[in-house]
Amino acid sequence: MPEITYLEAIREALDEEMARDPNVFLIGEDIGAFGGAFKVTDGLMAKYGEPRVIDSPISEIAIVGAAAGAAHMGMRPVVEMQFIDFMANAYDMLTNYVATARYRAFLGCPMVVRGPSGGYVRGGPFHSQNPEAGFIHTPGLKVVYPATAEDAKGLMKAAIRDDDCVLFFEHKYLYRRIKGVMPAGDHVVPIGKARTAREGTDLSIITYAATVHKSLEAAEQLHAEHGLSVEVIDLRTLAPLDDQAIFATTRKTHRVLVVHEDTRTGGIAGEITARISETCFAHLDAPVLRVTAHDIPLPYAPALEDFVLPQVQDIVTAALRLAAW
Amino acid sequence: MSSRRRRLGEGPGASLGEALPLERKLELYHWMRLTRTLEERLVALYRQTKVVGGLFRSLGQEADAVGSCYALEARDVMSPLIRNMGAMLVKGATPVEILKQYMARGDSPTRGRELNIHFGDLGEAGKTRGFLGQISPLGDMVPVMAGVTLTFKMRGEDRVGLVYVGDGATSTGAFHEGINFAAVQKLPLVVIIENNGYAYSTPTHKQTAAKQFVDKAIGYGVYGEQVDGNDVLAVYDCTKRAVDRARAGEGVSLLEFMTFRRKGHAEHDNQSYVQPGEVEGWAADNDPIDRFVRVLVDREKVPQATLDAIDARIAQEVDAATDVAEASPLPQPLDALVGVYADPPSERPLWYREGADVSALGTERAEGWGTWDASKGAPR
Repeated sequence: MPEITYLEAIREALDEEMARDPNVFLIGEDIGAFGGAFKVTDGLMAKYGEPRVIDSPISEIAIVGAAAGAAHMGMRPVVEMQFIDFMANAYDMLTNYVATARYRAFLGCPMVVRGPSGGYVRGGPFHSQNPEAGFIHTPGLKVVYPATAEDAKGLMKAAIRDDDCVLFFEHKYLYRRIKGVMPAGDHVVPIGKARTAREGTDLSIITYAATVHKSLEAAEQLHAEHGLSVEVIDLRTLAPLDDQAIFATTRKTHRVLVVHEDTRTGGIAGEITARISETCFAHLDAPVLRVTAHDIPLPYAPALEDFVLPQVQDIVTAALRLAAW
Repeated sequence: MSSRRRRLGEGPGASLGEALPLERKLELYHWMRLTRTLEERLVALYRQTKVVGGLFRSLGQEADAVGSCYALEARDVMSPLIRNMGAMLVKGATPVEILKQYMARGDSPTRGRELNIHFGDLGEAGKTRGFLGQISPLGDMVPVMAGVTLTFKMRGEDRVGLVYVGDGATSTGAFHEGINFAAVQKLPLVVIIENNGYAYSTPTHKQTAAKQFVDKAIGYGVYGEQVDGNDVLAVYDCTKRAVDRARAGEGVSLLEFMTFRRKGHAEHDNQSYVQPGEVEGWAADNDPIDRFVRVLVDREKVPQATLDAIDARIAQEVDAATDVAEASPLPQPLDALVGVYADPPSERPLWYREGADVSALGTERAEGWGTWDASKGAPR
């Protein structure tokens, strides 16, 4: 099996699911003949035809709402946000309607809303956001954010098959930088299960998406330069959180650093810290620390963006402080 | 009222409403009278504090809800607003269901999760009655119904969708995006704007600078028609033609029904914003049921006794439904935790809730750790 990129892995998942289930269809802006702003859906209109790959007006409320209506009727729509930042336009539809439809009205919303997310790409304030925390706060939505090509494919297939709405965050910095060999056969990664990206015994880094790779780099440096054995947990799914994986690594190393690219206040690191504190307080040898973005809209200039976002050296600095507690 | 009528596009043709056989006209009367009687019963229950939340009336708008929904087939799908209880009754919702909803009963259609007429029955034709519960953020039902009708188009199903919005909802982004998307996709969808004069307290001239809402049809490139919303036969006629167009693959229609909300937004609202004499004028001259009774008695020569007999049957039905609803059980609190997701099917109660499983907290205390032993009293 040849190596394919994170982006190609997502396309492969869409392709396989469209071939498997005629109810799966794609809807989004410029996704058809053009293949999407990042070419994730390239070739799928040619293969499956226009009714199953719909080029929509610039209308995030309409396409998310229409996906919900179609999902109620048994379809399995996959909605593309051209940039995940624009999901804010559909915030009402997702949080007031889609998230509550099963509970309020016994109407399922088996749909996926996916799109390029995250920074480190000089995209500026409107094309670099990580808005996952706002949706994790809403009961009724599931949120995944893969870090590897294998997980991008396997989680996409799981998301399409899930009977509820899954928000699928794709990291655009990883699209063409990360590659993997896809496992043979029907490769599905279960939603709600974290992954140990690196085994370790001295301290744990809990993270997801692009900062998994920054954390692995930091772990390597901490091992080489300071002899520290660092465990890295890749959450993969953010809602529901894999509590058992979080608690297990806490019990194992007794020191936890949570790293994410999202801004600090109200970010998921706070929730993870609270869960560890409530459940595993007696296992901690140090307070849980966080490395996150600053609470700043993400600026464009490289010097500014690099300052605001977490970098490998930030993770090393925080890990050393934690280890020395 | 005919001076209010204005059509864009096609000429009028023969009225499909007036051509209905008498027995079907009497059905229209039945649904309008049932709507009003059931709402009057809800007012009594509200005053007895048996209705849990607010109460929303459609007094004076019964013709617009009933006449339009009556133009649908059983397999079609309708999405109502808070003042479309009449449409829901036509589509098969029962007085018992509505009463249980208002009284927040455990065996109501939403098991106590949702308010009043916020419930639906949506899915396969023949297996479901074909209505989608209201979404309170106004305008949102237009994109969702666009999705429902997109499915009809993709699957080649001979089904039509009908969605109601108020004059106020036309100002939302969701309305605009939804009708535009449906128009581009040429979906079998009828969008009805009920222009009842006020969105809560806001008059239409503060809602739009357009001379009339139906003018928006031009901008969306869809068929538009305005009709007297208190003339049930005219409403039926107008809607039936739009439904037929949708079924024939001719796409979206935007209909504006001219009517008036004679009660407040909800029962608590004293309508201080309404012009003096406005409510009384509509009640005296333009009550949709009174108007239809005159058509039936004067023109169709229906004996008053026939209408009285319908009224008596409805009164009995509503009495019996009230008894059933009042005897129905309240929800069990733990049911609140069920069904947010398909998987997991249920959430766990928080540990500090009486009766909940205390192990839900899952706090782990290492042996010999800490200073507080619950068996020895307060912490030192």
